[in-house]
Amino acid sequence: MSRLSSILGGDRSSMLEAIGAESVEDLFSPIPEPVRMRRPLDLPPAASELELRRLFESMASGNSGSGLTCFLGAGAYDHFIPSAVNHILLRSEFYTAYTPYQAEVSQGTLQSIYEYQTLIARLMGMECANASMYDGASAAAEAALMAMRVTRRSRVLVAGSLNPRYIEVMRTYLSHGGFEMNEVPFGADGLVDLEAASKLCDGGVAGLVVQQPGFFGLVEKLPPLAGLVHSAGGLLVVVADPVAAAVLRSPGEAGADIAVGEGQSMGIPLSYGGPYAGFMACHREHVRNLPGRIIGRTVDRAGQTGFVLTLQTREQHIRREKATSNICTNEALMALASTVYLTLAGEEGFREVALRCFANSHYLEEKLLAVPGVKRMFEGPFFREFLLEYPVPAVALRDRLAEKGFLGGLPVPGLREGAMLSTATEKRTREEMDAFAAAVASACGEVR
Amino acid sequence: MERTIFSVSCCGRRGMDLPSPEVPVPDPRTVFGPDALRQGPLGLPEVSEPQAVRHFVNLSTKNYHVDKGLYPLGSCTMKYNPKLHEDLARHPAFAGLHPLTPDALAQGALGMMHELSSFLCEITGFAAVTLQPAAGAQGELTGLMLIKRLLTDRGQGGRVEVLMPDSAHGTNPASSTLAGMRVVSVKSDGRGMVDIGDLRAKAGPQTAALMLTNPNTLGIFESGIEEITSIVHSAGGLCYMDGANLNALLGKARPGDMGFDVCHVNLHKTFSTPHGGGGPGSGPVACIADLAPYLPEPVVTAGADGSLRLSCPPLSLGRLLAFSGQVGVMIRAWAYIRTLGADGLREVSETAVLNANYLKARLREAFEIPHDDGPCMHEFVISGEPQSRKGVKTLDMAKRLLDYGFHAPTIYFPLIVHEAMMIEPTESESLDSLDGFAEALLSIAREVEEKPHLVTDAPVNTPVLRLDEVKAVKDLDIVEGWE
Repeated sequence: MSRLSSILGGDRSSMLEAIGAESVEDLFSPIPEPVRMRRPLDLPPAASELELRRLFESMASGNSGSGLTCFLGAGAYDHFIPSAVNHILLRSEFYTAYTPYQAEVSQGTLQSIYEYQTLIARLMGMECANASMYDGASAAAEAALMAMRVTRRSRVLVAGSLNPRYIEVMRTYLSHGGFEMNEVPFGADGLVDLEAASKLCDGGVAGLVVQQPGFFGLVEKLPPLAGLVHSAGGLLVVVADPVAAAVLRSPGEAGADIAVGEGQSMGIPLSYGGPYAGFMACHREHVRNLPGRIIGRTVDRAGQTGFVLTLQTREQHIRREKATSNICTNEALMALASTVYLTLAGEEGFREVALRCFANSHYLEEKLLAVPGVKRMFEGPFFREFLLEYPVPAVALRDRLAEKGFLGGLPVPGLREGAMLSTATEKRTREEMDAFAAAVASACGEVR
Repeated sequence: MERTIFSVSCCGRRGMDLPSPEVPVPDPRTVFGPDALRQGPLGLPEVSEPQAVRHFVNLSTKNYHVDKGLYPLGSCTMKYNPKLHEDLARHPAFAGLHPLTPDALAQGALGMMHELSSFLCEITGFAAVTLQPAAGAQGELTGLMLIKRLLTDRGQGGRVEVLMPDSAHGTNPASSTLAGMRVVSVKSDGRGMVDIGDLRAKAGPQTAALMLTNPNTLGIFESGIEEITSIVHSAGGLCYMDGANLNALLGKARPGDMGFDVCHVNLHKTFSTPHGGGGPGSGPVACIADLAPYLPEPVVTAGADGSLRLSCPPLSLGRLLAFSGQVGVMIRAWAYIRTLGADGLREVSETAVLNANYLKARLREAFEIPHDDGPCMHEFVISGEPQSRKGVKTLDMAKRLLDYGFHAPTIYFPLIVHEAMMIEPTESESLDSLDGFAEALLSIAREVEEKPHLVTDAPVNTPVLRLDEVKAVKDLDIVEGWE
């Protein structure tokens, strides 16, 4: 019997007696014989806790990439996470509860999500936010769907400078239901081509989805894009890096109607891609078109303040096929991680993280540009991620750098064979950055 | 109520520090121009680490949770979450692994994913699986899109109807809409199962798919399942199983053997990964070989030399998430399957079904149990109809359970049972704990007879009293400083 089982043989017989059944097998009699499984599942034998630890250790040794010094970003970033975040996440009260359907015994989860909504709304410069989406990419797709609900139009424009994986996810989500998605190319400067956008932006457009900073790290000029899409009666959807929003104009200040993004940078470990948490914020006028859970403040019978799930008539369990989205389970625990992280970092600390990322990335770019043959792909100002062209194929360079102990960046061979996107978070030391630049210099010679 | 963190905040405090800067910080004004910069404050709280920790720990104490006691939310499978799995998911070699790490340097993660994929294929009886969907609802969307792709390639793209019983989870119709399909509701019969006659009448040239939860949301195994799936297949449609209730079937029966073509699995239900207060979940989708070429990108495949890589199926429907899915959740599910093995998993379902039938038997004396024609599976639905005739609603009894120190069952679902209470005890519970819960509900039934105000006034032993949901909508306040 496994260590997870609490029912003993003796219990079983008294329970069967109460039920009036001869055997446990009798309880499965409703399953017709032809579909019954009459052989054991073909699975590895049960492992004790100690054996499983050993097994997992040997598996973990295959992840040599986790030991490399990370200069790779492209949508997921190697940030510092204070210990207190994990200690709060490991409270059974938070991680072993479910969706707060019974508000009176879920005030901890409910209030923490209310605080999360507040943090996200403020950071984005908006008035509302929901309780979280799956990740940044699916949040972008849901934002496009929301823009179409609000405007009752069925076509969206997507900036070509959006993370290509986000574009793919949007394409998947919009490929059914009669929606159309047009890509606005980026210009020679790597930014959304305003002229191309204005040609595509007509009275049928529900919105424009643009990333800030763009996938290549460049800072987009949002106000003219907002003007363009607003004059066509559409919405501006900004896919925002929350770290950049601590320094750059917030989406709200830049004219966005909906702000979405990836919350991983705020207290969530890399974990090979998940679980992360998408965030979603908007202006008050559109709150009833938001997908997902929303927590609201109210009072109890004695007039004390408390929190509940609210505006539930938008949601699938009430509205079924007419719901604003099919999302049910979202990323509550990851949203809690971000709530604790932002609380610890605070006004000053989070801005400092942002400025360190900015400073380190600029320092590193300068170092790398000093390597012979390395040049910028684009000249415009970047925030924390930058695209350089190396004199050797970027894939080979990346592999060579891995042998030297570095996760060097993301090759973007579709743009130029030598193009690689890199970043340096606040975790990187000057010594690491100097060593990386030296490794790039020697790798360029070796690969060549 | 605990004060919000914003009201604890006081200018100048911070709960996180960083090393002294080693490189100069360029002036963002010079780099970007003053117009490009943020104008307002971030609005983040300013508290010390002890203040922050105390705030969140105090908040946590206001939650009910599985580690405290029985949590009988029907169709949510609130089982115990083994502690080891929390440690494994936080192993630095996994938690610190960047999602765009070259495959050769992520063989441990890929190996775990590859093994988990094969386990799920074996458990469900299918040929292929995608681990990517972030939750059950995204799994449903994936499954429906797979079906649509296959039908389109067969020249049957005009089929747009999804048949589903009137007892279906709300996500089923919502996912159908998102997939560009139309819902056709099929009646349930007197036994709480799909009405075969109604299904026959509604299956036809428009049918793209049937979506069915089995055991269904009444906790009843659809004993006509072979006939049901064959009716849909004869009409030219495919069969999707909502795997929310798979906890009843481990090693006992497989969706693939029942005639289903595709199903999603909720790792956060059947496979013990924690529910996190509402996620993260994970909703892998398993399917027949014909659907495999359409699976989302990426899937894990093995090369001739045994090395693993992320690859894109030939006719892939695209990506659902930016990266490879909820890897941290997958680790926990993988560990659960490895902990239990084939016998252990079969015992999980046997005990889950035993526990549910035992509770049902104990509650029969005081509650109406519709469709009580035989054993239930891992959950069952009782009706508070008799109590409601005395002026006490199911909602009241649910709130009273909180006073007794239990979480309430899922209530008012499925929609086809009046005053429904859907109870799923799971296999984690001991006989003592089941008896404690049964006695609480029986005692509440007596209170309804003798002192109904105790029930209608409930809860009184909770951090707050019954909350005003109408006011929450009318005077909407969803962020601090909303007014």
